[in-house]
Amino acid sequence: MSSTYAKGSVVFDHVIKNYGDVTAINDVSFTVEPGNLVTLLGPSGCGKTTTLRMIAGLEHASQGRIFIGGKDVTQLPATDRDVSMVFQSYALFPHMTVLQNVAYGLVASGINKLEAAEKSEEALALVGLHGYGQRLPSELSGGQQQRVAVARALVLEPEVLLLDEPLSNLDAKLRRQVREEIRELQQKLGLTAVYVTHDQEEAMAVSDRIIVMNKSVVAQEGSPRELYDEPNSSFIADFIGDANLIDVELVDTANGMANVNIAGLQKYLPAREFALGSAQLAVRPDAIELQHVSQKTSGIKGNIRHATYLGNQMQYDVDCELGTLFVVDYQLKQSLVVGADVNIDFADRGLVLVKAN
Amino acid sequence: MGDLVKNSLTIWLIVGWFGYLILPWYMLEDGFFSFYWLVDGYPMDEDYSAAFMQVFSADRNWLLPLIFTLLLPLRALSLDKSDKRYGLYLIASGSLGLAYLLLQGFAIGVSGWQLSLFESYFINAEFNQYGMGYGALLYGLSMLMLLTTGLAARGAMKGDVFVTSSIGLIIGIVSVFVFYPVSQVLISAFQDNEGTFSVVSFIDKFFDDKIWGLACTSSSVACGIAWNSLMLAILTAVLTTGLGLAFALIVTRTGFAWKKQLRLLTVLPIITPPFVIGLALILLFGRSGVITEFVADLFDTEATRWLYGLPGVLFAQVLSFTPISFLVLIGVVEGVSPSMEEASQTLRADRWNTFKNVSLPLMRPGLANAFLLSFIESMADFGNPMVLGGNFEVLSTEIFFAIVGAQNDQGYAAVLAILLLTFTLSAFFVQRAWLGKKSYVTVSGKADSGVHMGLNPLLKMSCYAVALPWAFLTVVIYGMIMFGGFVKSWGYDHSFTLQHYNDAFALNWTEMGLVWQGAAWDSFWTTLSISAIAAPLTAAVGLLTAYLLVRQNFKWKSGFEFGTMLSFAIPGTVIGISYILAFNVPPLELTGTGIILIICFVFRNMPVGVRGGIAAMSQLDKSLDEASLTLGANSFSTFKNVILPLLRPAIIAALIYSFVRAITSVSAVIFLVSADHNMATSYIIGLVENGEFGIAIAYCSVLIIVMLAVIFAINFFVGERKLRRSNRLSIANKDNNNRSLKLQEAQ
Repeated sequence: MSSTYAKGSVVFDHVIKNYGDVTAINDVSFTVEPGNLVTLLGPSGCGKTTTLRMIAGLEHASQGRIFIGGKDVTQLPATDRDVSMVFQSYALFPHMTVLQNVAYGLVASGINKLEAAEKSEEALALVGLHGYGQRLPSELSGGQQQRVAVARALVLEPEVLLLDEPLSNLDAKLRRQVREEIRELQQKLGLTAVYVTHDQEEAMAVSDRIIVMNKSVVAQEGSPRELYDEPNSSFIADFIGDANLIDVELVDTANGMANVNIAGLQKYLPAREFALGSAQLAVRPDAIELQHVSQKTSGIKGNIRHATYLGNQMQYDVDCELGTLFVVDYQLKQSLVVGADVNIDFADRGLVLVKAN
Repeated sequence: MGDLVKNSLTIWLIVGWFGYLILPWYMLEDGFFSFYWLVDGYPMDEDYSAAFMQVFSADRNWLLPLIFTLLLPLRALSLDKSDKRYGLYLIASGSLGLAYLLLQGFAIGVSGWQLSLFESYFINAEFNQYGMGYGALLYGLSMLMLLTTGLAARGAMKGDVFVTSSIGLIIGIVSVFVFYPVSQVLISAFQDNEGTFSVVSFIDKFFDDKIWGLACTSSSVACGIAWNSLMLAILTAVLTTGLGLAFALIVTRTGFAWKKQLRLLTVLPIITPPFVIGLALILLFGRSGVITEFVADLFDTEATRWLYGLPGVLFAQVLSFTPISFLVLIGVVEGVSPSMEEASQTLRADRWNTFKNVSLPLMRPGLANAFLLSFIESMADFGNPMVLGGNFEVLSTEIFFAIVGAQNDQGYAAVLAILLLTFTLSAFFVQRAWLGKKSYVTVSGKADSGVHMGLNPLLKMSCYAVALPWAFLTVVIYGMIMFGGFVKSWGYDHSFTLQHYNDAFALNWTEMGLVWQGAAWDSFWTTLSISAIAAPLTAAVGLLTAYLLVRQNFKWKSGFEFGTMLSFAIPGTVIGISYILAFNVPPLELTGTGIILIICFVFRNMPVGVRGGIAAMSQLDKSLDEASLTLGANSFSTFKNVILPLLRPAIIAALIYSFVRAITSVSAVIFLVSADHNMATSYIIGLVENGEFGIAIAYCSVLIIVMLAVIFAINFFVGERKLRRSNRLSIANKDNNNRSLKLQEAQ
């Protein structure tokens, strides 16, 4: 791969990380292309933060090799790697001013103080904190502290920028704003960035590519759309946008399309790699259509067990022969009450055949 | 960065060569800090010349091989850091250099072969050498650094030279100044009077009636000293823990008006020279003490000597150590989460039941800690038994007399030292076992907004009844100390005089300039300068160790921790005797110097710096270090620029504590002082033995004042940590708890 040697690329080559008997990372390989923002996504304990810390050099691989910009950095300590990191807690030095914080890395790498201060001012201006240099971190709001942390990392013009759940300490509104700012900066500067989060919506919003991790291995890698539309397992289908997992029968396949039998209902869906026989179908919550029994008689019969009104949508739990289905209705055409009998039908989009876990 | 590593290697190599080629290799007669040798025949004089010169001028050709360990690393300098040979060369020369240095040091002494092993193989040759000096010190340091740099290059500690070197350094100095001396005690306990190994003589000495005799139960003969010590320590520990708890409950759970003043009591034991309390007790309750005579007059009875013996020592120890247990228990009693007590009360338990079943069990670690500290302090206490003991002999004083007394039996002293060490270490392990693995954590990250429950009236009254008279007595005693220096002769003639101060601290202005005429000036300045040198060293070693323990992970870390904490459980008397045994002969011939005092203080007080540092550092989020590392700073500048500035409070505490402890400690010092380097405490003991109470008390008051002044000065100069109030408030609660933790470890 040519990009393997390009400045700013990150390559994991069969990396394993053990802590005593516990395997935190089990044979993980991936490539981050220069200029991309790649997200490591996964439930807590999946190894995503360990992976990030191995890129930073804060942990060292037990086996395998790690390349940054084509250079083998497997044994290199954090100090000597050309990466910088934005921490979940921001890790701003509380005894230094904002400017001293931002200039810290520059001074450590031997740039003279005047120049360092100048560059740091620029970096602060870049994140919209011009004039805040003389304050102490404790005198800034959470969002501002977060931006100082970003400026401190950016000012070093690292080959790779690492972000460890950078938004988790912000409230929901601010989170959306700051993530857009980060994405904008990253694209403007053409930086390679690796981003860790457990929030799939955040991942979808900022990433060029997403690496989903589960149980110490890479579960699937792809663009946000690929992951949503073509999950390779029921885990991915459920993790990236919710999914109801239903056991189905493939009756017939032709021209890449499969005739699927869902408890009596017939659907034509892309067959993907599946052959005839039983399979699993991931159904997005908004791909299920509910109707009062009185209006239509075909379809699967169900009964509303639970209904929640959320303003812009209704959420239902529906009992039926397939189990309990989670349904989201954005149309709000009708409001079904608990106990109501319904007919269940499926939309054409939002259904995908997946491998059972 | 690679350059930096190479640079530091170059510097250490230069240090090594400098030590080998230029500086005097052996210890100098005039002392470490004397530079007389520069004009007294250096470099040719045999006494002063460097190792390389010694080979030729004094035929000490066994020093020649050392040069190879300095040549080999030169080859490594030209290699790339990632070259395998780079690390290997350094490891080889470092470890060979250290091993050979030690071997030749132990093998050849002042009068030829020192190890009998060699003596039997070689003809008794006409050669000798003295204790190691500057040159050997620098050479050894350089070899240690080569070794650790080499290990780091081979991947130790993620290749971090600073961390590897720090670990190597700490292990090195702790081995030399804690393990080596203590092992000397063990060895010497198993030697008979001719110096040959003998279990029989150990058993003989160990089971001596003087130690374990139980005759006192049936007759008037004195008990074995082991029983005396044990009984005294247990009584003291029980009483101080109880009193400390009463004080702590009054301060935290009642509306008592003078809480702040009560808290001030906790500062007292830290700044009190060890036998001050004993002295004051003699003046009050001794045979001609004020109160004794008053009572004798009142009831027309004969004044007795009841004070001398177990009652007096116990009395003095409880007075001295109650503030310590108070200090420990305040933190713990405050730490019990109010919501637990509130929960108990909402579950229909009344105040007494809540206290008995919830609060008290949660204070268990604090009670255990207070008990342990008082137990160890009592075991190790030298001053009070010395002053008040009379015929009541305990281990710590007996050790002293075994060394300095007519018998001069080092083996017997060593046996007693082992016994003392066994007692304190067992208490330490028993405490650990008792606390077990139960969780007593009641302070979580969540804000706790409850209010502590008040005591029930009966409990409150009994606390008042016990603690307040005691507090009053303490105040009287300290008042007496200040007052006692100004009267002619306590108990007989209470007219005002400055004579005692004049005797001790007179200054005279003559044509020769200022003359320090007072008898105490000499020991006073020695004490201050030695404490002032020891304090920053203690803080540095302690905090560096704490950094390694909290922030780094390595194999055998718990062993490392135990090693650095060991000197905490070793009573001062044992340290003193072990230093005499270990450092009286080459290769490390330190007795009689000021250095041995400094070293002794550093390693005795180091555990406090370590504990304080650990407590403070656990508060600092680890991502601060990591942020600094990923920003390109190496671990040394991270330590310097991020961690140290944030540790200011811990640094202050360590500085103050080690300074003050160096001034007030006596048990180890008494063995190590010499005519040239006399310390205030041992000087005062001399005064007490001669019955010159007035001067002794005057001297003690001056020391107390000086220590208070220094505490304020250190606070003033080291200054506050600049984080603004707003930031501190949120962690203020946690801070408090850590402080009390720190202090409880501090003792």
